[in-house]
Amino acid sequence: MADSREDFKAAAVHALADAALQKALLNVKRGFVVKREAAKAKLPEFDALREEARDVKDHTLAHLDLYLEAYERKVNESGGQVHYAPGAVDARAIVLRLCQQAGAKLVTKGKSMVSEEIGLNAELQASGIEVVETDLGEYIVQLRGERPSHIVAPVIHLNKESIERDFRRTHQRLPRQRRLDQAEHLVAEARQILREKFLAADVGITGANFLIAETGSSVIVTNEGNGDLTATLPRTHIVVASIEKVVPTLEDASTLLRLLARSATGQEITTYTTFTTGPRRNGDPDGPVAYHVVLLDNGRSEMLGNEFADMLRCIRCGACLNHCPVYGAIGGHAYGSVYPGPMGAVLTPQLQGIDRARDLPNASSFCGRCEAVCPMDIPLPDMMRAWRERDFARGNPAFNERLALRLWAFAARRPRLYHALSRAVARFLARRAGARGSLSRFPFLKAWTGTHDLPAPQGRTFHALYARARRGKSR
Amino acid sequence: MTSTPASPQGLHVGLFVTCLVDLFRPSVAFAAIKLIEAGGARVEVPRAQTCCGQPAYNCGDRKNAIALVRQVVETFERFDYVVAPSGSCAGMLRLHYPRLLADDPNFAERAASLAAKSFELTSFLVDVLGLLKVDAAFAGAVTYHDSCSSLRELHVREAPRRLLTSVDGLSLIELGDSEACCGFGGAFSVKYPEISAAILDAKLRDIAGTGAATVLSGDLGCLLHIAGRLARAREAVEVRHVAEVLAGMTDGPGIAAPRQSG
Repeated sequence: MADSREDFKAAAVHALADAALQKALLNVKRGFVVKREAAKAKLPEFDALREEARDVKDHTLAHLDLYLEAYERKVNESGGQVHYAPGAVDARAIVLRLCQQAGAKLVTKGKSMVSEEIGLNAELQASGIEVVETDLGEYIVQLRGERPSHIVAPVIHLNKESIERDFRRTHQRLPRQRRLDQAEHLVAEARQILREKFLAADVGITGANFLIAETGSSVIVTNEGNGDLTATLPRTHIVVASIEKVVPTLEDASTLLRLLARSATGQEITTYTTFTTGPRRNGDPDGPVAYHVVLLDNGRSEMLGNEFADMLRCIRCGACLNHCPVYGAIGGHAYGSVYPGPMGAVLTPQLQGIDRARDLPNASSFCGRCEAVCPMDIPLPDMMRAWRERDFARGNPAFNERLALRLWAFAARRPRLYHALSRAVARFLARRAGARGSLSRFPFLKAWTGTHDLPAPQGRTFHALYARARRGKSR
Repeated sequence: MTSTPASPQGLHVGLFVTCLVDLFRPSVAFAAIKLIEAGGARVEVPRAQTCCGQPAYNCGDRKNAIALVRQVVETFERFDYVVAPSGSCAGMLRLHYPRLLADDPNFAERAASLAAKSFELTSFLVDVLGLLKVDAAFAGAVTYHDSCSSLRELHVREAPRRLLTSVDGLSLIELGDSEACCGFGGAFSVKYPEISAAILDAKLRDIAGTGAATVLSGDLGCLLHIAGRLARAREAVEVRHVAEVLAGMTDGPGIAAPRQSG
């Protein structure tokens, strides 16, 4: 994946030339941007709700230890068990151990970005456990051996023709002549295959959109109902969630839920909002026998105390991806990270280290639309800039970039020198352009002139012209 | 926002020319002076100005950014108002200066007070000077590109439109997605030229879709970016800073357009 600048750039250029991807990315705007706007317009208190939600999260994060303890107490009271995982390795090991203790051969999974973050599937599969993603989008990326390209819509990069090809390639048992040209055929086929898996699974693993300290419940939102079948049918249910998912009360969760669906898909509420609290109780008709929660830190408690703390308010709605011009141009895979787009540009350097992810916070025009649409009011451009500052302080940018900045700053701090240089550059460029109005090539600006002409200056700088006009007046 | 004085007469405005206007398109600053004076204020252009510091700030070079920011504060704090023909630079002064100097006991208050009196040109004309129309003519249909900093940092949306619709003969056609970025982003356009150009191409399709012969904006950065790619594609759409049209100073060629011979 994109570990260095060249990898990111190459992946981006590749994505820009991928006609099928470019066509698919148009759906982001049609499917998400327009619907979110309509849903927001129908909720006059959206902005007030946004402030309330931000305050809920800020309060929770300021007392995260207390709320996590309270949550754990409630989980224990309901018969479940909480496991703390400092890092990805620990989380993988805990989940694997729990699966092995349950004698698991088959694990079903609901959609969980945290499980993507820790690379859970590969770990379980390496120990001989079959893992089946049950969210349709996640199921498809699993068939393809890819990672999701969007945190809400994993296969936004695909069209239904390519999904049909994937189904024909992998579902070899089914008749060849079957129709798969409509979305409903694909959904029906996936449902048919997944139904067997739901019933046979030994362990179900889900993520959590929220964890509620007041009740010890975990909340997931889905539109397919696959999360419910994953959580209730197997004998063991494991929730894998990161520590910042906790909120104090049911009421707080409902505040955040009202923002989440609208911001993510433009729905007022998702088709399913599922609360699970502990294992099956006496008299319950169904539900797991064992209930575990694996709480992942993976750098988050460090973020609590640094300039990226606001990022922990993120509820993973994906609105910042949907409105990002860079994401819209290159899609999610080019980021080389589980989390793409603006939220990924802030989170990934924390997870992978800035050296490996330095392009992500740099590849932004700072247009600010991500911050404007973020339901949690997260200052994403400011935090991308904070990563650039850290990167700069470590001496990371390329030598000629630093040199150019240093020379420019040296001159800009000396107005007389700066004006003399500006006059020379303006005159030089104008002369080279002649009557053409722009330069199509220029030795020091190849990065610019590769894609555009350089408009020619009018010829003299403003300050030179202004000084001359003033002298003329005073005479 | 600073309270609007009963009369703009006697207001002393420092023009922040911006480095791009100084170098590439002085006519924009002359247009700005004409407009501010038409609104009744007195304009002065301090000589000791260079750049607002954004290139350093956005590249993570905080030290040089702060040095430049202090320089701007010292140069411009004596004015009643500071006006820039750019949402990007005005946004830097208004929003980012106070934060960059918040921990500097010598400068924190001065930066905050400078921020409160710093304005983007069209917003200053309408919101502070109370200018409702301009004395200018421009024949034809134009479309307007909101720069991201004008729109989202400064919430300037109505001011340029209000003034443009008062220009004789001009009709304004809105873009399909006026909130979309043009992909310029300063150093971004040089560090990631392919992504930047792809974002721009969506904007150019939107511009072409309006059928307008001219595209205007309040930020020269966006305009150089837009005009440069149009020139490369040999598209005939004219590109201008909004101030030129509002001041009736459109005799010269548009940005990146060839000079008429003779």
